[in-house]
Amino acid sequence: MISADISAILPEVVLVLYSMAALLGAVYTGKDELTGTLTWTTAAVFVAIALWIGISGGGETIAFSGGFIDDAFSRFAKVTVLLSAAAVLVMSQDYVERRGLGRFEFPLLLAFAVAGMMIMVSAGDLMSLYMGLELQSLSLYVVAALRRDSPKSTEAGLKYFVLGALSSGMLLYGASLTYGFTGTTLLPGILATIEGEQVSIGLLFGLVFLITGVAFKVSAVPFHMWTPDVYEGSPTPVTAFFATAPKVAAMAMFARLMMEGFGAAVADWSQVIALLAVLSMFLGAIAAIGQTNIKRLMAYSSIAHMGFALVGLAAGTQEGVEAMLIYMAVYVAMNVGTFAFILSMEKDGAPVTDIASLNLYSKKEPLKALAMLVLMFSLAGVPPMLGFFAKFGVLMAAVNAQMMLLALAGAVASVIGAFYYLRIVYYMYFGTETDALETRMVPAQWLLLMASAVMMVVGVVNLLGIEGAAAAAAEALVR
Amino acid sequence: MENLLSIITFVPLVAAAILGLFLQGDDPAAQRNAKWLALIATTVTFLVSLFLLSGFNPADPGFQFVEEHDWIFGLKYKVGVDGISILFVLLTTFLMPITILSTWEVDTRVKEYMVAFLVLEGLMLGVFVALDLVLFYLFFEAGLIPMFLIIGIWGGKDRIYAAFKFFLYTFLGSVLMLVAMIAMYVDAGTTDIPTLLTHQFSSETLNIFGFQIVGGMQTLLWLAFFASFAVKMPMWPVHTWLPDAHVQAPTAGSVVLAAILLKMGGYGFLRFSLPMFPIASDLLSGFVFWLSAIAIVYTSLVALAQSDMKKLIAYSSVAHMGYVTMGIFAANQQGIDGAIFQMLSHGFISGALFLCVGVIYDRMHTREIDAYGGLVNRMPVYALIFMFFTMANVGLPGTSGFIGEFLTLMGIFQVSTWTALFATSGVILSAAYALWLYRRVVFGDLIKESLKTITDMTRREKAIFAPLVVMTLLLGIYPSLVTDIIGPSVANLVSEYHAALPAVADAAQVASH
Repeated sequence: MISADISAILPEVVLVLYSMAALLGAVYTGKDELTGTLTWTTAAVFVAIALWIGISGGGETIAFSGGFIDDAFSRFAKVTVLLSAAAVLVMSQDYVERRGLGRFEFPLLLAFAVAGMMIMVSAGDLMSLYMGLELQSLSLYVVAALRRDSPKSTEAGLKYFVLGALSSGMLLYGASLTYGFTGTTLLPGILATIEGEQVSIGLLFGLVFLITGVAFKVSAVPFHMWTPDVYEGSPTPVTAFFATAPKVAAMAMFARLMMEGFGAAVADWSQVIALLAVLSMFLGAIAAIGQTNIKRLMAYSSIAHMGFALVGLAAGTQEGVEAMLIYMAVYVAMNVGTFAFILSMEKDGAPVTDIASLNLYSKKEPLKALAMLVLMFSLAGVPPMLGFFAKFGVLMAAVNAQMMLLALAGAVASVIGAFYYLRIVYYMYFGTETDALETRMVPAQWLLLMASAVMMVVGVVNLLGIEGAAAAAAEALVR
Repeated sequence: MENLLSIITFVPLVAAAILGLFLQGDDPAAQRNAKWLALIATTVTFLVSLFLLSGFNPADPGFQFVEEHDWIFGLKYKVGVDGISILFVLLTTFLMPITILSTWEVDTRVKEYMVAFLVLEGLMLGVFVALDLVLFYLFFEAGLIPMFLIIGIWGGKDRIYAAFKFFLYTFLGSVLMLVAMIAMYVDAGTTDIPTLLTHQFSSETLNIFGFQIVGGMQTLLWLAFFASFAVKMPMWPVHTWLPDAHVQAPTAGSVVLAAILLKMGGYGFLRFSLPMFPIASDLLSGFVFWLSAIAIVYTSLVALAQSDMKKLIAYSSVAHMGYVTMGIFAANQQGIDGAIFQMLSHGFISGALFLCVGVIYDRMHTREIDAYGGLVNRMPVYALIFMFFTMANVGLPGTSGFIGEFLTLMGIFQVSTWTALFATSGVILSAAYALWLYRRVVFGDLIKESLKTITDMTRREKAIFAPLVVMTLLLGIYPSLVTDIIGPSVANLVSEYHAALPAVADAAQVASH
């Protein structure tokens, strides 16, 4: 029994053991001198585990009496999380080194956070879910304040911590209410209690608190307030990380919680999530218009994108979950490329984040500007880029679930959102001549930027083959 | 040859990718390579598209060369052409090499310029061959990106304003179309265009917030599509983006815009509005007639007042597109034949007129009419060609412009005599503005100091105009070339359209004449 449990959770165990061993090793030997090596090995471990999970897959294992589920859904989310985390690590290595952020804790904290995320997406019990979530959050609070001497970075860390703790509290409160009214914390147990019955008021409260708690984590409006400040204040590599892996993990956790725990009461939560989705899409699109800082802009952009992903979840169907997973995968791929570029933006050796500094960038670096053009149009959801198909998938799922108005709102929001992405293109291609922006890229950044842009175009042919995996994942979740 | 259409669509895109990725540097040699590669790619596309003509069976009104593959999200990649779309494909492939050749002198960011045009060509072809709603939307929307860049990067002084205006106008229109497409999918359960053509959309009167919507769902869908196509066309009063875009766009951009991009609106009306929503089209045809009549008269008058040559031709385009919309919604054989004919002929003529402006703009760098005068003294060949196309624009018998205008007027006369009356006055007005423009630019004494050294057309420029002259004359003298191909498809469209109308409405229509 116990050996079967362990083998189900083996990838997580390996990751945690690696992190602890590396931590001890670093503390007792070279400390910060080892940062470079640790970054690369951690990224390599991420990729290795992703391959391991991706290849070994098949079937569904329930371990620890239902506390941990290893199924196609969790594998899809884990592979996405691991690969994006590896990509972020690799592309920030140069930035971290040159900007005096080279602390050995950085890659290791990310490794712990990733381990937490892997548990989050596999959790079949509210308690293991919370454990995973906290492991992730605590690591990230520290990472946000990585630049200890910068008031902005510490402010970001503190804000993130206070609001994160608040949301964790809400989540716990919701979990306790749920436990009180169903007598179990196991997701299938909750589902069985609800099945065929009216959801009681108390449980409804529990559900709402749970949603609130998770909505904080995915930064859905109106629980998004922390996002712009934390994105802006954190060092750019950390922002890049925040915008990718944790979003996937939180969204996957959200989907599992709703579908496996409350799948019998779709009517009760679908409207709530639809509202979150509409608010996120519109606020993200409108608030981003006035931004001049590209990191802040990307924060609002990610809020809007979470809104679109939530549209898929709000549909409450297998198709919806599949579309949401594809959306998240595409979103991560776009963001990795975009942040690879943002990381390389600098002027006279100092990093810049002002959009106006991109003026006429296309003249100096036509290829990189073209890649950014593709990414921006993809983020905006303009066909024929992959981003359009991701949006199309979630809107279609909403339509098929008879949520016409939601789809309509999504379509309108995507037009509004197109404007600010277009503005970046405008600066790069039509702007006026100013001081040249330096974008000295290390090969890893260049490769990731190009790969991400190429994916946005080539992916149109067959979605890079992830459609089958996403369908299997959605099927595992919705039964 | 079953994937001929895909080959035609993707040759320019592949060429663009090769050009964009593998051609390095910006020295004169690289620039020359870029130009030649683009020219070869577009010429090859044109030559391949001729196979389309030889393999096409004009007697069959259905879709031919159909190719279908499964795609992501349960969508289908499906392309095909019928008598209506095949000529637009050929128009596009025919004009693109000419367009590329006309920009031979461009020297800023040549590689990107050529890439943009090649991508644009692939996407425009995609619009005309797509047989799936989503595929159509994809190509239709994606075409905005290269055009946005072409205007924004290589345009004139106020290019950024014009680029944004162009993008936002057309994007807003198309989003409504997307919503309508989603509604159509929900109603019919498919995005396959041939299936949708046979699907009956409900025309039960709807009651929305207390408003009675006559024609129900068909009317709503029709209006959504209309919003998109009317902007693209462009119809009065949503035409205001066009003069701005034309004036600011580089010459080749203007040519593509006027000759091909505008035709997407008319093609959309023929492919979607008329056959899919016949009852709504019938209900709202009066509305379209009036908009068209206003467009013809009003924009012709506006054209008279222009001092910028490109603006004048842009307004004349809007007026000529008025004939097209009028002919389409007349919904009889002559009207629709005429509309398609007019679109093709306008493709050649307006393209040539913008090129005529380009020829002297390249020499003098101004489009002000007042800056010219007496060009005939130094540019006799130019004067001749400009004269030819001015006459074709006016609709002189013997040129293709005449056939299109005559057929549409004949079609509309059977349906709405009043519209025909107003529209015919447009013929006179167009003669007024076009001949006046010609007189001010070409005739008179050559008194302006700056013009004393102007040179006549080079051989390259003559080569550009030659095929356009040939086509304009050929279609003007022997219009059956076109009408034989479009005839059966249009006849099929017309008969199905009238069959779909309820008998009552038909009777009322007959009684009103």
